[in-house]
Amino acid sequence: MTYAFFPGCSLAHTASAYADSIRLVAERLGLDLREIDDWNCCGATAYFASDLLAAHALVARNLALVDGDLDQVVSPCSLCYVNLRRTQQLLDAGETLGNQVQDALAAGGLGYRPGRLSVRHLLDVVVNDTGLDRIVSEVVRPLYGLRVAPYYGCLTVRPGTGFDDPEQPASLDQLLQSLGAEVVDFSLKADCCGGHMSVVSAEVAYSLLRRLLQNATEQGADLIVTACPMCQLNLDAYQHRVNRHFGTDFRMPVIFFTQAIGLALGLSAEALGIGKEIVPASPVLEERWSGEAPAPERAGRARHRRRGTRLPTPGAEGVSDG
Amino acid sequence: MAEKIGVYVCHCGSNIADAVDVESVAEFAATLPGVIVSRHDRFMCAQPGQELIETDLREQGLTRVVVAACTPQLHELTFRRACSRAGLNPYLLEMANIREQCSWVTLDRTAATEKAKALVAGAVRRVTYQQPLEPHHVPIHPRTLVVGGGIAGIQAALELADAGYPVTLVEREPSIGGHMAQLDKTFPTLDCSACILTPKMMAVGQHPNIQLLSYSEVESVSGYVGNFVVKIRSKARYVVAEKCTGCEICQQKCPVWVEDRVFGAGLGFRKAIYSPFAQAVPRTPVIDRENCVYFQRGKCKACEIFCPTGAIAWEQEDEFLDIEVGNIILATGYRLFDPRRIPQYGYGRLENVFTSLEFERLCSAAGPTGGRIVLRDGMTQPQRVAIVHCVGSRDRNYNAYCSDVCCMYSLKFAHLVHERLPEAEVYNFYIDIRSSRKGYEEFYHRLLDEGTHFIRGKVARISDVAETPEEEGCLIVEAEDTLIGRQRRVPVDMVVLSCGLEPQADAREMARRFGISCGQNGFFIERHPKLDPIATTTDGVFIAGACQGPQDIQSAVAQGAAAAARVAGLISRGEVELEPVLATVDEAACNGCAECLSVCPYSAIELLEDRDKAHVIAALCKGCGVCVAACLPKAISFSHYSDAQLVAQVKGLLNV
Repeated sequence: MTYAFFPGCSLAHTASAYADSIRLVAERLGLDLREIDDWNCCGATAYFASDLLAAHALVARNLALVDGDLDQVVSPCSLCYVNLRRTQQLLDAGETLGNQVQDALAAGGLGYRPGRLSVRHLLDVVVNDTGLDRIVSEVVRPLYGLRVAPYYGCLTVRPGTGFDDPEQPASLDQLLQSLGAEVVDFSLKADCCGGHMSVVSAEVAYSLLRRLLQNATEQGADLIVTACPMCQLNLDAYQHRVNRHFGTDFRMPVIFFTQAIGLALGLSAEALGIGKEIVPASPVLEERWSGEAPAPERAGRARHRRRGTRLPTPGAEGVSDG
Repeated sequence: MAEKIGVYVCHCGSNIADAVDVESVAEFAATLPGVIVSRHDRFMCAQPGQELIETDLREQGLTRVVVAACTPQLHELTFRRACSRAGLNPYLLEMANIREQCSWVTLDRTAATEKAKALVAGAVRRVTYQQPLEPHHVPIHPRTLVVGGGIAGIQAALELADAGYPVTLVEREPSIGGHMAQLDKTFPTLDCSACILTPKMMAVGQHPNIQLLSYSEVESVSGYVGNFVVKIRSKARYVVAEKCTGCEICQQKCPVWVEDRVFGAGLGFRKAIYSPFAQAVPRTPVIDRENCVYFQRGKCKACEIFCPTGAIAWEQEDEFLDIEVGNIILATGYRLFDPRRIPQYGYGRLENVFTSLEFERLCSAAGPTGGRIVLRDGMTQPQRVAIVHCVGSRDRNYNAYCSDVCCMYSLKFAHLVHERLPEAEVYNFYIDIRSSRKGYEEFYHRLLDEGTHFIRGKVARISDVAETPEEEGCLIVEAEDTLIGRQRRVPVDMVVLSCGLEPQADAREMARRFGISCGQNGFFIERHPKLDPIATTTDGVFIAGACQGPQDIQSAVAQGAAAAARVAGLISRGEVELEPVLATVDEAACNGCAECLSVCPYSAIELLEDRDKAHVIAALCKGCGVCVAACLPKAISFSHYSDAQLVAQVKGLLNV
């Protein structure tokens, strides 16, 4: 399957490891990602807050540049994904602001036919189009022994009309489990990393980052795996400042989900960009990544047994009722 | 014979007269062919207005009447009766709706007046072709089927049985009692729920006029008002009711503990042979085949060995009964909202998050802890309890409607915590407190005095991620306190989710089975939301209790009694009068293609097998006319809506 690929600014700089691993993994999984020619910045958070028409026009230019044969745009960055979707939905709705954006495109000799494109997150494409079965069939070195905290961040699944539950997403959990990793109960997995607050109001960002690092650490995670370059940057690059600010001692490597896939597919860690992160992942990988399958959990917990005074805990599904 | 038509234009106070020049409409009507009287009056529906018609009928010898007023749904019957009183067949009346379809929706007075004239002209042309009709009468079987043995169904069954009419009460579970039997106390009086319910349950079990079929379900329904035939499946209990004395020895001896996910709301245990609770009616237990060691592995039979009366019957099979009933009351109740659909509330993940029904069982003296309020470990008493209102209610992501009972039961919960754990702090997170019935607001004030912390804010999340040392090991309730305009994090030991009420999972299937409909939210639709909340659009099928919409016990009791009163009224008349507005088949023209059978939404048409002709069952026909349109050989005609009548009306409207 062929997709138009919108890498976003981060991939060219702070998230080059993401770019490297996407390239290698896409090749191995047969994902044909065609970078949009002459794409530009999505405007991030700031532009949409100051000038809606200009911000939408900036994003719309990217949509207009998509090769006419392609009908899906994929973004690996959660913020780019949200912005691209927002503009695509505006143009598809065809109301006043959308028409003004169309005028702006026309002034530059460009155009976008409403309804022509759908915007997808790379995680969505990998999990739902490529599919877990396909990925598992390519795995040569399962991530056995690694305890990972899947981190979606706040934008990957919000607003909640996307590919996963906005409050309790599961796609990255399932992906990592199928790669052989043990996924910890990371209840803050869709909470905010602070985004640009790390620049604007550092203390706000630090306390948000600390919550995430603390929760992942307490749950016994060896590393955090994320699907957003902003999240990775904040958690990784500001971790030492968080430690200094709060007197904590977090040493939590943060890698991209494509790097995790690549490792399981047997690709070289160096080629996947492992080592570019600031809190190094290699000690954890060397120490914990055993390659040995964990003992299977004892199946069929007897739900009928009474255990002392304990009250039964609710089952996995179906509310108990009369 | 030339018809003599009288036209009466109503002012409806100012409702019509403000937008329509009623005098000129009446003048116009007088010029129409056949009209010999044309009048206008301030209120045609009032006594003087009706007398106007009656006098003209008698003195002028009118043969047809047209009333231009409001919708026929409101006053057609009024004017039909006026005609009857003066000796005119009521079906020779026609109404022109110049209010809902004209004065209320047309701003321009000239246009509205012209439209009213057109509507009157259509009615006058139509009425000429109308035929005198006589209503049909069908006898009513005195037995009533009540489906659902919760409080609404119990009340309905008792009212009818006490009035001397036979009732068949069908309940799907082994005992009647429904949700009310699970509750500890009822708001706002704090009556013991079981104590006020069980006498009614006993009365049902012992009533000579009530045939109680518990552990049974309705499989199919056929027939029509007065004459339904209902097929009921009575599930095998593997216990012979006539031999069982209810001594419970079988339950003591059975070696298998099973989580009781129905009556116990998942919080308690029962045996594989069980009667859900001590006051169950009937007392006869049932064997849960899935969990019975004998059924699964072929040996055990402890219950049989110890049963002193030899009541265990392994070979029992489901039984099917066909029962004739005249009317049906559906009282199938509700299902609790599953809070797992709101994953951020942690139910199923955080063990000390409870549903409201779990908390009811926790508080109940007959529950798993004997009424002690403790955490999931079965021992620790919580020091801080949060009660979260509107879980799954008043939320467009789940159910937009208000579940009616949650505010009050949440207040009751807070009271029970104060009563049993006087040292504990209670936090009620609410959006609005809805306490609008007798004694409810006073109960709210009582809780304010008892020291409950009321925090106005919808809970965003229940978290186990501590941010401060005080939060360690707690559940943290995160909410925006909209009274002080701040985000709050309240650490507690226990959270109770006040889950909303949803339609039963099989409500839509039930509706189909009984020929009624469900609304957007899935609850059964009443005939009229204000004026007929008990009846449905299917004659002879009534609804009562929470299957109609979320409601508390007193409303369910009132609806159960109201449904019974409606049914008793029908039975005492002995027969029902059915509108003669229905389809009839001209057998000579019918080619037996059966297209009409497939389009009829009321299953009112059958194919007469001996001669391959369609036949309309008068009692089932609602006069919708779908078959008339579908019939290719034009063999079906429609009394009161004949082609001639409709064409004449259209010509009148278009003035052609």
